[in-house]
Amino acid sequence: MTGFFLILISALVFPGIIIRTKSIASGRKGPGVFQPVKDVLVLLGKGSVFSDTTGLIFRVAPVISLSAIFTAILVIPFGNMKGMISFEGDFIFFTYMLALGKFFSIISALDTGSSFEGMGANREAFFSMLAEPAFFILMATLAMFTGYTSFSDIFRGFFIAGNHYVLVYSLIGLYLLVQIAIIENSRVPVDDPKTHLELTMIHEVMILDNSGFDKALIHVAGWLRFAVYGALIFNITVPAGWNVFLQAGLFLFVMAVFAVIVGLIESFRARNKMNKNPKFILALSAIALIAFLVVLIVTDKFIL
Amino acid sequence: MSALFFFLIVFLTFPVFVVPKGYKYLYSLLVLGCGVLLTSFWSYKVFSGTGGTLTVTCRIPFPDTVPQFVIDRLSAFFIVVINITVLVGLLYSKGYLKKYYTTKNSLRFSIHYFSYLWLYLSMLMVVMIRSGLSFLIAWEIMALSSFLLVIFDAEDTSVMKTGISYLIQMHAGMFFLLIAFLITAKETGEMSFDSLALYFSGHSNIFLFLLFFIGFGIKAGFIPLHTWLPQAHPAAPSHVSGVMSGVMIKMGIYGILRVLMSVQHDLTAIGLIILAVSVLSGIMGVMMAIVQHDLKRLLAYHSIENIGIIGIGTGLGTIGIGTGNNVMSLLGFGGALLHVLNHSLFKSLLFFNAGSVYNATHTRNTEQLGGLMKKMPYTSVLFLIGSLAICGLPPFNGFVSEFLIYSGMFKSLTSSGLYQSIVILGSLVALSLIGGLAIFCFTKAFGIAFLGEARSEKASRAEEVESSMIWPQFITVSLIVVIGLASPLFVNPVLKIISAAFNLPDTGLLTASFIDNLTGISIASGFFVLLVTLLLIYRSFHLSSKIVGCGPTWGCGYTAPSPGLQYTSTSYAYNFNHLAKPVLQTKKIMDEIGEEEIFPRQRSFRFESEDVYKKYLIDKPVDLISGLLKRIAVMQTGRIQDYILYAFVFMLVVLILTWFNII
Repeated sequence: MTGFFLILISALVFPGIIIRTKSIASGRKGPGVFQPVKDVLVLLGKGSVFSDTTGLIFRVAPVISLSAIFTAILVIPFGNMKGMISFEGDFIFFTYMLALGKFFSIISALDTGSSFEGMGANREAFFSMLAEPAFFILMATLAMFTGYTSFSDIFRGFFIAGNHYVLVYSLIGLYLLVQIAIIENSRVPVDDPKTHLELTMIHEVMILDNSGFDKALIHVAGWLRFAVYGALIFNITVPAGWNVFLQAGLFLFVMAVFAVIVGLIESFRARNKMNKNPKFILALSAIALIAFLVVLIVTDKFIL
Repeated sequence: MSALFFFLIVFLTFPVFVVPKGYKYLYSLLVLGCGVLLTSFWSYKVFSGTGGTLTVTCRIPFPDTVPQFVIDRLSAFFIVVINITVLVGLLYSKGYLKKYYTTKNSLRFSIHYFSYLWLYLSMLMVVMIRSGLSFLIAWEIMALSSFLLVIFDAEDTSVMKTGISYLIQMHAGMFFLLIAFLITAKETGEMSFDSLALYFSGHSNIFLFLLFFIGFGIKAGFIPLHTWLPQAHPAAPSHVSGVMSGVMIKMGIYGILRVLMSVQHDLTAIGLIILAVSVLSGIMGVMMAIVQHDLKRLLAYHSIENIGIIGIGTGLGTIGIGTGNNVMSLLGFGGALLHVLNHSLFKSLLFFNAGSVYNATHTRNTEQLGGLMKKMPYTSVLFLIGSLAICGLPPFNGFVSEFLIYSGMFKSLTSSGLYQSIVILGSLVALSLIGGLAIFCFTKAFGIAFLGEARSEKASRAEEVESSMIWPQFITVSLIVVIGLASPLFVNPVLKIISAAFNLPDTGLLTASFIDNLTGISIASGFFVLLVTLLLIYRSFHLSSKIVGCGPTWGCGYTAPSPGLQYTSTSYAYNFNHLAKPVLQTKKIMDEIGEEEIFPRQRSFRFESEDVYKKYLIDKPVDLISGLLKRIAVMQTGRIQDYILYAFVFMLVVLILTWFNII
């Protein structure tokens, strides 16, 4: 429960921190941290315009995507506390729930009949498909390393005393999760949310036709998706046994650092060429495979 | 219970030829209903009984010494699978065949319904008969009746050609099964599934298993034995494709499981073979599906993918038995078996709705469809549910069976040795990749065919099909949802079937702890459904107080958009095509712009992909042989003098050879 609320709270300021970082890095004054929240409140007050082409799917998709992410948050643990729903193999459920949300946002974009949105939908489907194995290899590696198969057990088993390899795994896991989060949220270097040309967008071009309430939901879903990955990053970097208050503080700290990292990457790195993205994403699977190999060695299954 | 009833039903299929044309459907439904009632009763008895096996003795002219039906839990499970889909398929056929009433005569309808009933009965016999020869006869009836069903539209020469090719490939499979059975018969003196264990205990296992695997694999559609599948499914009427893809190809899986139950040695090696073939089938199946434009062919390739998933479960289960890893066997086989049921539900659903689309638009080409969601809302929503289920997304049934297989992998990763870990990781990557690719493929299929604007006049004139083609599918959909939301109710019996069939020790505790996980999924899925409902209610409440307007889709300043500007099936698959080119051998077909062509004329462009396996395994060898035979045909001159000369030469050769004592 604590974790659930912490994720919700941090989701509110997460995009604001990214924007703030970017404005500071580029020497602008920039909007405040709560600007995205204010934007959403404005959107909620507005009416909606729907394209004549769109139908049922376009109208229900934002709701389903948001609900899917909410449901996925239920299985995320916080420190020593299990997720609100925890079972063996819950990370499979987590991944597929996120995929369900993605499925609906893709077909919702296709529902508009716009070639731009079709393009965005296609890219989103393509890139998240390529990213899927990386997460599974990472989880398989962690499962083999700790001997457990649920989020909370894996993260608790991760920091058992006397395990000297934990640092290596924290680092690899950290790297992979940050990258996967960036891909899943369509940020630089895979996609640039602030790009001005539809032809080079991925996520932004999918939601061109959404307005009002639906658009607000889509934004909130985006924040939550970031916050969920932030929570996973927290769980593999901060030992589970520490004091709850310390952890809550650290949680917010980790989130803030994560947001700053995303903002910094966006300030100082160019976006990939679109056709270089598959290689970039598949490289993550390769890194995850190396991690797996290392686990085979440290668990004495593979003797050099 | 005597089998007399069963043979009464067999006998009752013949009058379908004399029933008036308008009543053939009702009569077939009646006969089928009797069959469903009887066999459901049998499987109920098997599941409720403690012994687990029901033996039904029958006095029939089958050429075996002890002809009888033996129904164990595995057979009973398959009977349930067969009954559901075949029944829904027949109900659906009423509306689907209506348009053929005027063009086809009564006899054609008789043959169609007769073959449909016989396909049903032969599938039942396949899962109930243990003795080899009778089994092969039932297997043959299954091939013949499905052949007759495929060629329903035989006026179309391509359909007829496909049908013949299907028939030939089925018999190639039959040939392997026959050899396999004959080998066991020679060594053990009995030609039966029951004698396999005896054979396997004393002989090398891999060879005989491979014979069975090829024989059954052709039916199941494992790559590279799948070449009949993507052709036969689109050619057949949709209710037939639904039944063939949903149930008939699972008979191959049944056969493989039945043989695996008897295998004694080399299980790890056999499991690895199954796993390798399945991973190939799964990945290649879905990859080839992505580049298809024909809706039914796309679904056919997805059947190959799903057979691959079932095979991955089976392969892991077999490796689990070989290495004594109980968790992996239980969850691997359990996932495979549940996926058999799940796939039969959502794949038949998808085929039925593809048929409805064909009925309404007269095209299966996704490039010409679009905008059907508004014209055919029921069909579209049903297709969407099928798509979500086949992608393995919660809260639908496909997720449950894939979750079983995933859990089997993750749970055994922790306790297994080096090679096993690598194998498991490989199949894990494959399964997750298949999942991602399936989402890619079905967002394309659903998005292009049902959403946006109509891309052709055919699609813009579409109307919702009649209700008799829609309501039967609610049976299937409700099962899909119930299995997805209340998975423990279904997984528990499936795991029991598996632990009984493969004699897995101490599975009670394992099953119980696993059911707890599924309960977690059910709760979370329930939460999801509740949240969606509440949010939707709030949304409509919220929007009611706001101004809601309508307008055109945003066109980036372009004011004259047309449906032709939308993303197409080809463009959706383009970037994937680029990545998968080496494997799929896709080709761009277009006419280049000439140098002196100042004003280019209208030209077309399309992408085509070839089934590489079909090309190199079927087409090339067949071409080679027929080319060779053509050259020999030079001798066939038609002149009697030449033939006399041939006879003379032949006798001369024989004489010379005998002279030198060579023959």
